[in-house]
Amino acid sequence: GTGLGQSLLAIFRRGSLSQDDWDELEETLLMADVGAAATDELMADLKARVKADPDGDPRTLLRAALLDVVDPSLDRGLALGEAGDGALHSAIVVGVNGVGKTTTVGKLARVLVAEERSVVLGAADTFRAAAADQLETWGSRVGVPVVRSHVDGADPASVAFEAADRARSEQAEVLLVDTAGRLQNKQGLMDELGKIVRVVSKVSPPSEVLLVLDATTGQNGLTQARVFGQVAPLTGIVLTKLDGTAKGGIVLAVQRELGVPVKFVGLGEGADDLAPFDAAGFVDSLLGE
Amino acid sequence: MFANLSDRLTETFRNLRGKGRLTEADIDGTIREIRRALLDADVAVPVVRTFTGNIRERALGAEVSGALNPGQQVVKIVNEELVAILGGEARQLRFAKNGPTVIMLAGLQGAGKTTLAGKLAHHLKQQGHTPLLVAADLQRPNAVTQLKVVGERAGVPVFAPEAGVTREDERPRGNPVKVAKKGLKEAEQRQHSVVIVDTAGRLGIDQELMKQASDIRKAVEPDEVLFVIDAMIGQDAVATATAFQEGVDFTGVVLTKLDGDARGGAALSVAEVTGRPIMFASTGEKLDDFEVFHPDRMASRILDMGDILTLIEQA
Ligand SMILES: Nc1nc2c(ncn2[C@@H]2O[C@H](COP(=O)(O)OP(=O)(O)OP(=O)(O)O)[C@@H](O)[C@H]2O)c(=O)[nH]1
Ligand SMILES: Nc1nc2c(ncn2[C@@H]2O[C@H](COP(=O)(O)OP(=O)(O)OP(=O)(O)O)[C@@H](O)[C@H]2O)c(=O)[nH]1
Ligand SMILES: [Mg+2]
Ligand SMILES: [Mg+2]
Repeated sequence: GTGLGQSLLAIFRRGSLSQDDWDELEETLLMADVGAAATDELMADLKARVKADPDGDPRTLLRAALLDVVDPSLDRGLALGEAGDGALHSAIVVGVNGVGKTTTVGKLARVLVAEERSVVLGAADTFRAAAADQLETWGSRVGVPVVRSHVDGADPASVAFEAADRARSEQAEVLLVDTAGRLQNKQGLMDELGKIVRVVSKVSPPSEVLLVLDATTGQNGLTQARVFGQVAPLTGIVLTKLDGTAKGGIVLAVQRELGVPVKFVGLGEGADDLAPFDAAGFVDSLLGE
Repeated sequence: MFANLSDRLTETFRNLRGKGRLTEADIDGTIREIRRALLDADVAVPVVRTFTGNIRERALGAEVSGALNPGQQVVKIVNEELVAILGGEARQLRFAKNGPTVIMLAGLQGAGKTTLAGKLAHHLKQQGHTPLLVAADLQRPNAVTQLKVVGERAGVPVFAPEAGVTREDERPRGNPVKVAKKGLKEAEQRQHSVVIVDTAGRLGIDQELMKQASDIRKAVEPDEVLFVIDAMIGQDAVATATAFQEGVDFTGVVLTKLDGDARGGAALSVAEVTGRPIMFASTGEKLDDFEVFHPDRMASRILDMGDILTLIEQA
């Protein structure tokens, strides 16, 4: 909420910082889910900056420290080729249960269609009740075909392969594969994901493996990124549900440890509620602006 | 760096002997470790603050029993406080005296409400009840289809007069409040003993949707309103739980996705901030991955205190 911003402003207006002010600053970062370890590092960084620039505005210095972690210079575009380049590019969307994978696939398809790319969706979640129906609804909403199985519990890798195969034979430009939600501590399900990635790779090695992180997620988000990244090297994060009160600060820890950048943010349940990640805007919102 | 609180505390107290009363110095080191462990477990910052404050007060001057070192003594106090906040004994579902018992589910998007609806129906059916599921999420694509599949798997009928958003009709139609009301009527007529109302996911700050949830509550006067919350949630637990408490005045909490490896500090935040009991734990995607909530297990999960607790219990 705005409390964070107001408390920060109040601190910074006071000029030189007392221990209480430092503590309060630390708490504002913790309350944005930045995490204790990353917060310790940021506070150490801020102290060094204040020391080097005693007349500097601590607020500006903290903002700069945060921006350095987020690194606005990173390329956050989708590596899915160019319209009319004649190749099939594939992307796989992964993550734990209920974070917004299927919705994100629908929204990404909308973006790609707007760029006049031909898209095929693969419903490789054969487990969750009505998962394929949900993706089909998204497909029809944004006007792209969906390859699915009508058998509950069918082999998701087979569906993924079928989708890739159809995308290739129909000379589609982009294949987006939706996968079932899985908790990263379930080895069997993680192996299944590995198989989906391998099978799609036979047709078109995925140039994007996007991990969907829910902005409300706390410290477990870092474990999610670590473990999913072991199954398939992640190329980007989609940070969903940023339209709520959660700040999504865990992505700072993810980027700091794993170097995986946020590429998009989810801002609602509608087809157009997806936006490119804006580093400065994100940092300002962490600081409550 | 030590792996968990248990190891870190053992290290902190390596050179101390458990004699006499705990001193301020003994306690401060321990409190620091506990604070860090609570933050790593996603307990909300304000809750950590009150909690460690209480621990400090209780620990100061506490008698150290011969068998425990000061660190273990503090952990014992921490554990007792945690279990107390998480709610000693789990509360049972309240059933209506006359007519069907109404249970309404509410929570953020993707928390696990629809899955829980199936689990609750399955659980109650096994106990001899005759539940009816009511599809009042007309918003998420194929939410109604999902509930129908869930109901089929549980062998429980689903009342779904509106199809919601589907491939055939992508615009949200129908009124969830009316559906809930009709569902109750249907249950009365067909003499179902329980009605479970699945609602759409909504954000705490979405006033329009929160009003809708509140209207559903008024329309069906539930015996239980269960707030469904994902065990992986971080600091936002406080804002969200508060918003739902104000919006739908829930009577109990269900913590989902506890089969994961999140420490689940949100349980503490929600219990502390709302004072509502955590009643059930959801532990998987299948119908019977569902259990009564155990405060003692949750306490030791949040602080990762397995070994030390065993030691303390043996002392
Ligand atoms: N407010 C908000 N809701 C979102 C956003 N993205 C997704 N949702 C909602 O979150 C819920 C879960 O979204 P899904 O796309 O089904 O999530 P998923 O990861 O595919 O879920 P599983 O396949 O069951 O693991 C739905 O109610 C979506 O409408 C977002 O950016 N903001
Ligand atoms: N591993 C695990 N997954 C769960 C659990 N409960 C629900 N899920 C999964 O979480 C995802 C979301 O569950 P839903 O029941 O659709 O959540 P919801 O709250 O109804 O979502 P919306 O209606 O979109 O707000 C699905 O993939 C479920 O299978 C659980 O306890 N453990
Ligand atoms: Mg999905
Ligand atoms: Mg639902």
